[in-house]
Amino acid sequence: MTKETVGESILDKIGNTPLIKIEKLTQGLKNVEIYAKAEWLNPGGSVKDRPALRIIETAEKKGKLTKNKSGNQPRGNHPPIILDSSSGNMAIAYGMIGAIKGYRVEMILPENASEERKKVLRTYGVKLTFTNPAEGTDGAIRYVHQLYEKNPDKYFFADQYNNKANPLAHYKTTGKEIIKQTKGRITHFVVGIGTSGTIMGAGKRLKEFNPNIKLIAVEPEHALHGIEGLKYMGSAIVPSIYNENFLDAKIPIKTEDAYEYARKLALVEGLLVGESSGAAIWASIHLAKQLEEKGEKAVIVTVFPDRGDRYFSTPLWCPIEEVVRGW
Amino acid sequence: MSVKVRIPAPLRKLTENKTEIEANGKTVQELIENLEKKFPGMKDRLCDETGKIRRFINIYVNEQDIRFLENENTKLKDGDEVSIIPAIAGGRKDSAFLK
Repeated sequence: MTKETVGESILDKIGNTPLIKIEKLTQGLKNVEIYAKAEWLNPGGSVKDRPALRIIETAEKKGKLTKNKSGNQPRGNHPPIILDSSSGNMAIAYGMIGAIKGYRVEMILPENASEERKKVLRTYGVKLTFTNPAEGTDGAIRYVHQLYEKNPDKYFFADQYNNKANPLAHYKTTGKEIIKQTKGRITHFVVGIGTSGTIMGAGKRLKEFNPNIKLIAVEPEHALHGIEGLKYMGSAIVPSIYNENFLDAKIPIKTEDAYEYARKLALVEGLLVGESSGAAIWASIHLAKQLEEKGEKAVIVTVFPDRGDRYFSTPLWCPIEEVVRGW
Repeated sequence: MSVKVRIPAPLRKLTENKTEIEANGKTVQELIENLEKKFPGMKDRLCDETGKIRRFINIYVNEQDIRFLENENTKLKDGDEVSIIPAIAGGRKDSAFLK
């Protein structure tokens, strides 16, 4: 962690997250170490603080988010409203940063985003519009495009799925930090894909450092899944920042396995993280076992994207009695 | 019992992209069996190995979450409307989109 200083902005605390060694769930592995980037420790509670900050600051530098963007703005000299679709965490990151910098934020979410997320967003003063939950995140994406096209002067459309500042954030920060924190020992980078910003950006940095580092994406096994934040690319609107050829492999995961391992992370490692972290650790252990069978040594790094307490109202943690009994 | 079933986007590959279909069953359980006959593969998506509806899938009968009714044994009658909603991050029993 960075040393404490007085007078820093909370924005300065984005990134530089700890790299945690997963000790207990990896018992039995002899030649493979697994580490997780503790992204839930970002001030907004998720990995999304990184791309949100870079998207906003890039727009500021390019003059897209200034008080003089256009004379047609509905409220005098207000800067345009930050607009995007999100399943929640990115919206929270925009909300937090928008509050600090004085921007209004409007977000389109599928209605089945968790109640905790909606409450956090309202607390940050974010205007929310919900789309049909049966249409998933793609429904929110389609809606936000329509809304922006109708009101281009009113909004700055952040467009996390297509904005190059998203992977660039991970190239400039996440990837660089992982190389430093592992002292260059990383051999495999295992990451869940949603927008794909993390694996595309940090992955590019890792490949430049050492082309032998393997990039492995964790993807839901089926289109119908319950792993918040992950996308099944086969059926989804594919983000333009995503390049499947850049990956070395994909590991499909069942929702039930992701949930089980998220709970184990809380119960055994003391890490209260969300289901996408459960998916990340399940896939990392799955890969580790394969590598051990081949007698390979490896240093796997994965990413735990967000906090588990954003899911208390969701099927991940309910009913909790069953979780305790099951363990 | 003929009921109307709303299909979420991730399952529409199985229903030839139909967003709404007609199916039969006296209970939700029977409805799922009927869906499986009409659209093979559907049951595996909706239910786990023991036949229980997967934790991350919410099924609503006339806007009511079957978890607050009788789960798989929830009874159906002619003209009921059933919605399958992935609970990607929760889901709500009072969804405005079910109306």
